Amino acid sequence: MIKRLFIFAAIILFGLMVLPLVTRIAPFTELTPLAAKYVGAEAHELGAANLVTAVVVTYRGLDTLGEVTVLFAATAGVGFLLRSRTKKDSSIADAETQAVEAGVQAADPESAVPVEVEVEADRRGSGASGAAATRRPAPLSELLSSASVVLFPLVLMFGAYIFIHGHLTPGGGFQGGVVIASGFALLMAADASRTLNHGVLLLVESLSGAAYVVLGLLGLVLAAGFLDTTFLPFGKLGQVFSAGAIPVIYSFVGLKVGSELTNILESLRK
Amino acid sequence: MSSIEIFIIPIGLFMIAGALIALYQKSLVAAIIVSGVVSLVASVIYVMLAAPDVAMTEAAIGSALTTVVFLYALGRIRKQGGSEND
Repeated sequence: MIKRLFIFAAIILFGLMVLPLVTRIAPFTELTPLAAKYVGAEAHELGAANLVTAVVVTYRGLDTLGEVTVLFAATAGVGFLLRSRTKKDSSIADAETQAVEAGVQAADPESAVPVEVEVEADRRGSGASGAAATRRPAPLSELLSSASVVLFPLVLMFGAYIFIHGHLTPGGGFQGGVVIASGFALLMAADASRTLNHGVLLLVESLSGAAYVVLGLLGLVLAAGFLDTTFLPFGKLGQVFSAGAIPVIYSFVGLKVGSELTNILESLRK
Repeated sequence: MSSIEIFIIPIGLFMIAGALIALYQKSLVAAIIVSGVVSLVASVIYVMLAAPDVAMTEAAIGSALTTVVFLYALGRIRKQGGSEND
């Protein structure tokens, strides 16, 4: 009761803390000066048709680099956690199967019924581990496996289109990368025994991450500052090869995000 | 009240209902799928509010990838025999 009272009081206090946000700040009726500057000057400063991408990659480029770093740290954490777990898991699972077998043998002389019950319970409790222990591959879904053959290249192409055209149409490196990762997720769901090459994924991920930083440093050397994209020619507004280094940077971000998320899925799957 | 708001308010109510279903759902798999549906509906709202960039992120990450990651995580937890009562 008293605990609930405390929780209630804490919620009310928090509400009072954020109350000024509701009462004092009125919604903007026009663009703030900074936004007006971006909208007015972006087209001839950077030459990207999609203003959102210009802001994300160039004006707020350092934040995007930070986001990519956060995603990298998360992937590294997941990989580390799951890899150290899998080793322990397999040894525990082996011990468990041995124990179950021993139990079955011990229970065998008494009667047949408890053994069946025990095996049944084991199967129901952990159907996946039963399948993994006997190394029986999961049955392929005909629908999913034939659909994945047709859909996987299309999904991959769509993801690449999203990040290559990030400076022209909505979307960009992150969205394209996630679409590519979902294509790989389809592939994994269609065929459980298929394994992806971790080395290639790691290589793509680290090379594109390094290329992103190198492009940022090139901006520092050749143009106004770190992550300045104006060192490549602008081209014509609205074409694929335009907007300086923005499409190049976003392509690398897309490859990096796609390979990182695929790596997370792959290490979760085992 | 503009014409967009008329559509957005029922969709928002639908999202709240979906979130409550996901919270009080007994089956974990169903809860994961319902929360994915909530993300998908949120991305529809973003499109209506003229934010296609955000809508793409929400649809791809919120409804596709997060659902898959949650399902894999649930599979791993069940494999380890962590919970038999879901």
